[in-house]
Amino acid sequence: MREVYITKEKFPDVVGKLMNQHRVFGPVFQGQYHEFAELKASDEIDLTYQNTRLSPKGLFHPHSERMFQFSLAKGDPEAGIVKEAPKDYSSRLILGMRPCDAMAFRLDDVNFDTTTIKDPWWTRRRATTAIVGLGCNQPCRSCFCTSVGTGPFDPSGLDALLTDVGDGFILQAITEKGQELLDGISDGGPVPAAATEKATQLRKSAEAQFVTQFDPKALAEKDMLELFNASFWDEVQFSCINCGTCTFLCPTCWCFDIQDEVCEDQGDRIRIWDSCMFPLFTVHGSGHNPRSQKLQRVRQRFMHKLKYYQDKYHDGVACVGCGRCVKYCPVNIDIREVARLMTATCVCPA
Amino acid sequence: MRAYTERIQEAARRLLTDNLVDVVIGFRKGTVPFMNEPFLAKNLDHVRQLYWDGNCGINLANYLAKRTDRVAIVAKGCDSRNIIVHLLEYQIKREQLYILGAPCHGMIDRRRMLASLDGKDPTHAEEKDGAITVAGQDFQVTLDRQEYLQENCSICIHRNPVIFDELLAEPVPEQQDVDRYPDVRQVEAMSPEQRWEYFENLISTCIRCYACRNACPLCFCPTCFVDESRPQWVGKSIDPTDTRTFHFLRAYHVAGRCTDCGACERACPVGIKMRQFTKKMEKDIKELYGYEAGVLPDQRPPLDTYRPDDQAPFIK
Repeated sequence: MREVYITKEKFPDVVGKLMNQHRVFGPVFQGQYHEFAELKASDEIDLTYQNTRLSPKGLFHPHSERMFQFSLAKGDPEAGIVKEAPKDYSSRLILGMRPCDAMAFRLDDVNFDTTTIKDPWWTRRRATTAIVGLGCNQPCRSCFCTSVGTGPFDPSGLDALLTDVGDGFILQAITEKGQELLDGISDGGPVPAAATEKATQLRKSAEAQFVTQFDPKALAEKDMLELFNASFWDEVQFSCINCGTCTFLCPTCWCFDIQDEVCEDQGDRIRIWDSCMFPLFTVHGSGHNPRSQKLQRVRQRFMHKLKYYQDKYHDGVACVGCGRCVKYCPVNIDIREVARLMTATCVCPA
Repeated sequence: MRAYTERIQEAARRLLTDNLVDVVIGFRKGTVPFMNEPFLAKNLDHVRQLYWDGNCGINLANYLAKRTDRVAIVAKGCDSRNIIVHLLEYQIKREQLYILGAPCHGMIDRRRMLASLDGKDPTHAEEKDGAITVAGQDFQVTLDRQEYLQENCSICIHRNPVIFDELLAEPVPEQQDVDRYPDVRQVEAMSPEQRWEYFENLISTCIRCYACRNACPLCFCPTCFVDESRPQWVGKSIDPTDTRTFHFLRAYHVAGRCTDCGACERACPVGIKMRQFTKKMEKDIKELYGYEAGVLPDQRPPLDTYRPDDQAPFIK
């Protein structure tokens, strides 16, 4: 695959030209923190960012989305027929996504895009979006991507990868989609040997900053019921306030709820993020709640991410180590600590 | 701060050994700078983990409601006020509690602290003599602690616990002549349209995670109104109508009960200034009824009392 060098001087021009062809999204500073947003001007994008507060999952799986619309009007021949709400599937380009966040979409695909079930909105958005990643020269202290099978320059979830080498960016195509993108960029030049060397150095130094936090394979080998019944959950759950911060900020938490909202004789069927931390998440129609206790809910989140997902898909854990939950949990529940408890050799009975 | 940690551990050891309490609620040292984790010490082994510094801003009274065992709890001024609110609202009994009062120097605002570092990632921080030294890869800065207090702490007038069984240190001097409401007055002076816009902007980034509600010691309803499903009173989306309904109703529900402990603001993952809602309520209650929530253990809150001979005409 090809690669080009784009100087920082020319970069806004490149972004501007891309904006003529696609809807371009990138990290934008919004008052207190960075969020992925559609660029209105080519200089809005800020590639000096560390990571966005919310993961970019909302670009494919929005917090609140109108799925269908329906009419309940008396005499309307189409009353009660649900019709798909219009959505914009024009070509999108996401610029500057961290490799971990892009990797998360591949993990989410096992839920939204399988041989038997294809979520129409997720798959169409995935198909019409190209993702250009930005390698992490300076990983955050709360990151642990290398412990969960990805890394600061992992190209797996990307169509192309940008590496910031100081005066410019190296843009590498990873997939066919990325190659097409590169072919359309006329402002790039050949990559100078010094830039290639710098990129290799940056990658090595970034990777060297990580220490292994835990071993996901050790979790795969653990007995599920032994983990489920372990006594440490009692300690882990105490401080949890059962808010949705971890799940809503997480790039791999995909759970949602579907509700009908009716105003007079017009209705919407909407899909909204849901969280296994909320008691309502599992309440049955009968009123019975199989996860009525906080301990059960806390355990579910970690078991799903670190154990059930592994056991079901045999493809690592459902975590990319972005560290958002570590950083923003209001009570400092740290998934790295929990994973260490789960991998400890002796899981003593209560 | 080390002195507090030692006193907390000593008291916890003594209370557990003498079987005066079943558990001790305090903090243990956090895994990231400017965070500590609420912690339940159940035995002498656990006691070693109890810890204290300027990052104990979470209100521990939140962990008390409906407990049935005998609990020792470390309480700052605000936590102690919320304990009083709990007692008045029958969430816990006084005889169940052993309150370890922690005269408070104000808690550190981790958001402002991190923002001041301009993207640099701290690996550790240490407090000493009113200064905080923050260090990370290739940098070290010393900052004035006072400048980085949580906003509610910088205008706090109850730093000493108002109810306790023993104090962990000598009382601290209370802040005098504090103007608590300049921001509220600013909002009051706005036109209705401006005010509407102000609050719309304030909550525009809300993701409905309920961290504010769940961090709040006052939010102990068995089922919150937003979680009712039969009927569902409030939509779950981030449509402004739904978000607004949640925030407005929550604010009214804590009127006359809120101690301005700042837990909601501290917990919010997107940095919403939640206290802008509750402070107006607090100011009104003070002006209309001369009442401060959680200060006197034997005075019922004005909004949960009813007297047939009330002098106000609205009751008749």
